[in-house]
Amino acid sequence: MELIKAENIGKDYTAGEVTIRALDKVSFEIEPASFVSFVGPSGSGKTTLLNLIGCLDKPTEGKLTVADTDITGLDRKQSASFRGDHIGFIFQDFNLIPVLTVYENIEYPLLMVQNVPAKERQKRVASVIEAVGMTNQKDKYPDQISGGQKQRVAVARALVTNPKLVLADEPTANLDHKTAYMVLELMKRMRDEFKTTFIFSTHDQKIVGEAEIIYTMEDGQLAGREVKGGSHA
Amino acid sequence: MHNLFKIAFRNLMRYKRRTLLTASLVAIGVIFVLVFVGVSGSFKNMIIGQITGSMLGDIQIHRKGYVASIENLPLTLNMKPQAVARVEKALKEMPDVAAYSERIKFGGMFSTFAETTNVRLNGVYPEMEMNTVPLLSSRIVEGEKIIKKGEILIPELLAKGMKAKVGDTVVVIATNKDGSVNGKQLRVGGILESATGPGGRDGYVHIEDAVEILRMDEMEISEIAVRLKDFGKLHSVFAKLDAGLSQEHNKEGKPIFEVHTWEALSPFFNIAQMIDLMTLFIKIMLIAIVLVSVMNVMIMAVYERIREIGTIAAIGTLPGKILTMFVIEGFSLGILGAAVGTAVGLIVVFALNVAKITFSFARQTGLVLSPTIGLFDILITCLIVIVVAVLGSLQPALKASRMEPIEALRHV
Repeated sequence: MELIKAENIGKDYTAGEVTIRALDKVSFEIEPASFVSFVGPSGSGKTTLLNLIGCLDKPTEGKLTVADTDITGLDRKQSASFRGDHIGFIFQDFNLIPVLTVYENIEYPLLMVQNVPAKERQKRVASVIEAVGMTNQKDKYPDQISGGQKQRVAVARALVTNPKLVLADEPTANLDHKTAYMVLELMKRMRDEFKTTFIFSTHDQKIVGEAEIIYTMEDGQLAGREVKGGSHA
Repeated sequence: MHNLFKIAFRNLMRYKRRTLLTASLVAIGVIFVLVFVGVSGSFKNMIIGQITGSMLGDIQIHRKGYVASIENLPLTLNMKPQAVARVEKALKEMPDVAAYSERIKFGGMFSTFAETTNVRLNGVYPEMEMNTVPLLSSRIVEGEKIIKKGEILIPELLAKGMKAKVGDTVVVIATNKDGSVNGKQLRVGGILESATGPGGRDGYVHIEDAVEILRMDEMEISEIAVRLKDFGKLHSVFAKLDAGLSQEHNKEGKPIFEVHTWEALSPFFNIAQMIDLMTLFIKIMLIAIVLVSVMNVMIMAVYERIREIGTIAAIGTLPGKILTMFVIEGFSLGILGAAVGTAVGLIVVFALNVAKITFSFARQTGLVLSPTIGLFDILITCLIVIVVAVLGSLQPALKASRMEPIEALRHV
């Protein structure tokens, strides 16, 4: 059973009197525990697609099912709940909350979104914080750690709720290559450990190779699908 | 909830200078309100205390129509003994009445044999009068602090103008209600300090002397002044008394009595209302200060944290919780300002009490300002600040909670 099923989804943006077609009849399916990348140049529709999958935006047309839920029909509150229950996010700029420590940033979704009891919270935070190797930095604030460490914290925050899906929009864009690979390795390891599906977008060709399934996007359409070890255009 | 407060506190401390400036502004507003309420309240209560405690009493009862002609001191509108007995019965049945005093008020001529002038006099039972207006004795600046038969207490201005001293023999001449003139020699027993308001420059004689001067066949009383055990119950006791006495009708079916609180009898009540109005305006200013400063800070806070709002919304924080986060920040600012303002306000009031500042009101001099702030005033002021701080943060908080995460995340 697929985790994500997109059927002919399209997305239009209106700027003044001009309508821009950001996505055009995109269809695909993604299985659970996949490690998927959407690649393509800027403006190809990667971020738009990730926003639709992440319930942050709604398609203009088509049907999009995530974790057996047709997310096109969810209202604001239902969307927020759905994201909190099923999806983790990793952002290009890390987007950690500056007034919270590393530990508190990771704990935040459990505390403020899922209302997990204290004991269970401590256990889960300790588990992911150790998995991403940030135990020694847990009491530091985001401005006291490096970019790579921030992204590791962001990965831990995305995983701590045991989501079915983690979406990462250009997660390595602000990192040097060495750190970028380390973060991708970490994401892969987390996928193996937690069986979470990772979908990330990138336009960095060197990073793309780390994905197991690569979707190529051009002008709002899916131009190709490559599974490591063979091409399926 | 504890975590929401922790995040709010840290966010406030993120911009320490701005938070401190805003909290200081709120605190200054609270200080002004508390000190003003303390000072004006103490002034008001002091003057009311003087007026009611030294001449008017808290409530007065007259025959119907007397107050409308009170400037003439009409002897034809005095209460007959039977009517007085009804009032006495009603007063004795009221547990909230501490004391009452029956008075014969009349106007006459005051002569030192060398000079003659007008005088307004109260004929009173000394003990009843002192129990009803206990501060009267403090107004006796010369002579014994009692009203004896055959003696007269004269107001200070009259004594000065007529060059009358304690121990002098004077004559009081008055016309009774039938138009017959009579006079009586009296000894000046004491000199009274003037007080603010009606009756503040009246003299006093024993009630039996008044009866003799006015050649009354039976004792007819002009007014009955009432002192309450608890001044705070003024309006409830007045209502009960008024309701009870308004049932009393004469043969023509018209009401016999009229009951008034000091408020209807003294012009100082208008000043007291002005003070209350000024207090209200000061509170409105406080509301404006808190509203504008908190709203300004919270609008800035939301604007500066749009991406953060986008992040927490994206990871599933419900709009209601985002709203609560920002409202708690405004609430905390209000609490901080109210707490600091209250503490400093109490210190200022304490300092004013220590300084023993004196002031004059009308002919009363050397009144010591002793401001006090009641717990109720503190609670009301703090409540206003906190509620307004919450209201001030509501609009920015609503804006934050309604942000589309995708747009907030794009914000640069």
